[in-house]
Amino acid sequence: MAEDIKVIVFKLGTEEYGIEVDKVQTIERLMPITRVPKTYAFIKGVINLRGVVIPVIDLRGRFGLEEAEHTDQTRVIIVVVNEMEVGFIVDSANDVIDLNRDIIDTPPEVVGGIKAKYLDGVAKIGEDRLLIMLNLSEVLNKSEIVQLESLEG
Amino acid sequence: MDMNQYLSMFIDESNDHLQSLNENMMALEASPDDLSIVQVIFRSAHTLKGMAATMGFEDLASLTHQMENVLDLVRNEKLVMQEFIFDTLFKSLDALEAMVQDITAGGEGKADVSSIVASLQAIVRGEVPSAGGAAPSAAAPQQAETPALLDEFQFSVLEQSIQEGNQVLFIEVTLRKDSQLRAVRAYMVFELLERNGEVVKTFPSVQDIEQEKFEYSFSLYYITQKTAEEMQSLIMGVSEIESVTSLALDMESLSQLGQAAVAATAEAAPPEIKQEDAPAPETQAKPAAAPKEEAKKAPAKSGGAPSRTIRVDIDRLDVLMNLLSELLIDRVRLEQLASDIQSTELTETVEHMSRVSGDLQNIVMKLRMVPVDTVFNRFPRMIRDLAKSLDKKVDLIITGAETELDRTVVDEIGDPLVHLLRNALDHGIEPVSDRIAAGKSETGTIHLRAFHSGNHVFIEIQDDGAGISREKVLKSAIKKGIVTPEQAEAMSDNEAHQLLFAAGFSTAEVISDISGRGVGLDVVKAKITSLGGNVTIYSTPGKGTNFSVQLPLTLSIIAAMLIRLGSEKYAIPLSSIVETGIVKRSQIRSVHGAKMVEFRGSHIPVVSLGAIFDVQGYDESEEEETEIVVIRKGDKLAALTVQDFIGQNEIVIKNLGKYLPEIQGISGGTILGDGQVALIIDPNAFIK
Repeated sequence: MAEDIKVIVFKLGTEEYGIEVDKVQTIERLMPITRVPKTYAFIKGVINLRGVVIPVIDLRGRFGLEEAEHTDQTRVIIVVVNEMEVGFIVDSANDVIDLNRDIIDTPPEVVGGIKAKYLDGVAKIGEDRLLIMLNLSEVLNKSEIVQLESLEG
Repeated sequence: MDMNQYLSMFIDESNDHLQSLNENMMALEASPDDLSIVQVIFRSAHTLKGMAATMGFEDLASLTHQMENVLDLVRNEKLVMQEFIFDTLFKSLDALEAMVQDITAGGEGKADVSSIVASLQAIVRGEVPSAGGAAPSAAAPQQAETPALLDEFQFSVLEQSIQEGNQVLFIEVTLRKDSQLRAVRAYMVFELLERNGEVVKTFPSVQDIEQEKFEYSFSLYYITQKTAEEMQSLIMGVSEIESVTSLALDMESLSQLGQAAVAATAEAAPPEIKQEDAPAPETQAKPAAAPKEEAKKAPAKSGGAPSRTIRVDIDRLDVLMNLLSELLIDRVRLEQLASDIQSTELTETVEHMSRVSGDLQNIVMKLRMVPVDTVFNRFPRMIRDLAKSLDKKVDLIITGAETELDRTVVDEIGDPLVHLLRNALDHGIEPVSDRIAAGKSETGTIHLRAFHSGNHVFIEIQDDGAGISREKVLKSAIKKGIVTPEQAEAMSDNEAHQLLFAAGFSTAEVISDISGRGVGLDVVKAKITSLGGNVTIYSTPGKGTNFSVQLPLTLSIIAAMLIRLGSEKYAIPLSSIVETGIVKRSQIRSVHGAKMVEFRGSHIPVVSLGAIFDVQGYDESEEEETEIVVIRKGDKLAALTVQDFIGQNEIVIKNLGKYLPEIQGISGGTILGDGQVALIIDPNAFIK
């Protein structure tokens, strides 16, 4: 019997995603973002989080999804991975659930158009709820992006 | 006791002591007869030894102890300082420094110092290689007679106690043969002893005594304020004691008894050798306690007023700075609110708060300032060793060591300065014969100066050596393909000198072990530039060379010009700005497809920030007049076009986090009064 983990649940469009709670520093409402020129399109800029300057990533943009209008529900999830502090802009974040590691399956080849390498697995909760667990270090891995760009350029 | 919590304190203080040892040794070398300096050195070494032993760094403690033996002879005028002794002591200091560095890096502080120890012991024995030594035979036996059973450290603890006027007793306790609970009786004796003084060493070990691994008697070295007779009668008060002998020791009897004790306890406790191999933890802990007390006493005794400072972790200051910048942001908000609400009382309170937070800001910034002395103080020693190895004569004159710089700058500036100093001594100052031939004094001079000027600190390294040969530099630069012969011809002397900083440049014909480290002056220049500073060379052939390093006062707070581009705000460091102004569109001309504008008689490139940063909603090309900021990198200029000037501000520099790569043209961010982040422009990126 594997242990239970606590997971922050957030939404991009209709899909539900999960990040382990110990990777999450805080969840903030959207705040003014300062654009940073000369960087990737999905990096929306930097914010002032209580005196610390933190870059924010539009997670939709990162996954190649269509960008959405920001609403009252839009949240910035601040994660800390490998000493990198980064904010993720998500459509909404409103749940914390306990999850048993056993119910997380390895990811299928393609989920909602997102490359499988960004995923840690998929958890089926209840009858018809699918939770996509994110592999944060892959989401934040930039070497792959650089490769893409150099191919295009 | 968990020593880890004291480790950083130990490292800091050890470094302080090593530094003071180095400095005082240098001072002593300059005036070898000044015994008061020897006293200071001795005390410092002693404190260091005590601290090391307390922390369990035995190698460190034992090497310091050997040094102390030598110093002790010197301060008692039984040994005259001479070059060999200086060299050995300096070598010992280097070894100690290496050990402390190892400890700093998380190591055990272990090192093989047997050859240095052998040299030190030879000095104590009077075997100084060169002549002229009034090598004392009287003092020599001290080392040899150190009692086998007291290690050197314990011996010196006792020695020190005698010098400080405490009673050192050798006590032998014999229990009655019919005693049933020998361990209990022994425990009662120890308890009594510890109430009245300090047990330094017992035979057999405390652990063995507790486990009743002794026959009927045990003996110990003891430090107390009481007399031998008092102690004797006190111990006799414990029941089932057959007899107590208590001997007060002086220096002489201490070393003699050390040996007597061997004989006495050899019978009493046969498993002696085993204890020596693996000393019980208690026996280690006890002697360690004594020097700790002495270590505390020592600085107080040195007579100087106690320093009224505390050490603060730089990270905490960073946190303080962050909190403060948030406070300042809130202050601006409050000011806005107060003016909206128009309540006199509120306005007055906010004004008062503004003043207080302003003062607070000043203080916090000052907290981060440290004198450059902390970097300079290691140079005299370095120059001394270097001059020796190069067989040159040089005086290093330091001025302005009290000049203060931000801690972050001070931490970074050490290596470049070391390089420039080495350079001055290796390439600048000529060998003695050349100097005499050139009609100069045989001893060269290197001036190391620090001083404030405006918002900068200058550090200058000036030598009175041969100066830089223009021909040599140009020849080398042409050979390495850095400049073409035509370019070289057109260069002024000053321009030619700056070539020394070009990548891959080295004028040294023979690569010496001093400067031939694969690191050129270009690395020095890069480092200084990365600190927001600048370095220039002035040289007169035959008269000497001056390296002038310009540094910002602080890395984390700078004066900047805030500008607006569309809805975005940016900050440009004031240190790079030559001037600001307005030009008419018509004045901007196209030269070879590049936009140029006339500035003080020459044409400089015009760079559109809005275009480069792809700013939405702002297009200056329609404007009739454009605001420009003229920036400088070295002696090159460029004009950045901007929409508006907002004003000059002191800004706190923040980095953009680990995730964002180095962004072209952006060197960081700062938080403005309204809580928003403004990016800081790196002007260097716009000038090629």
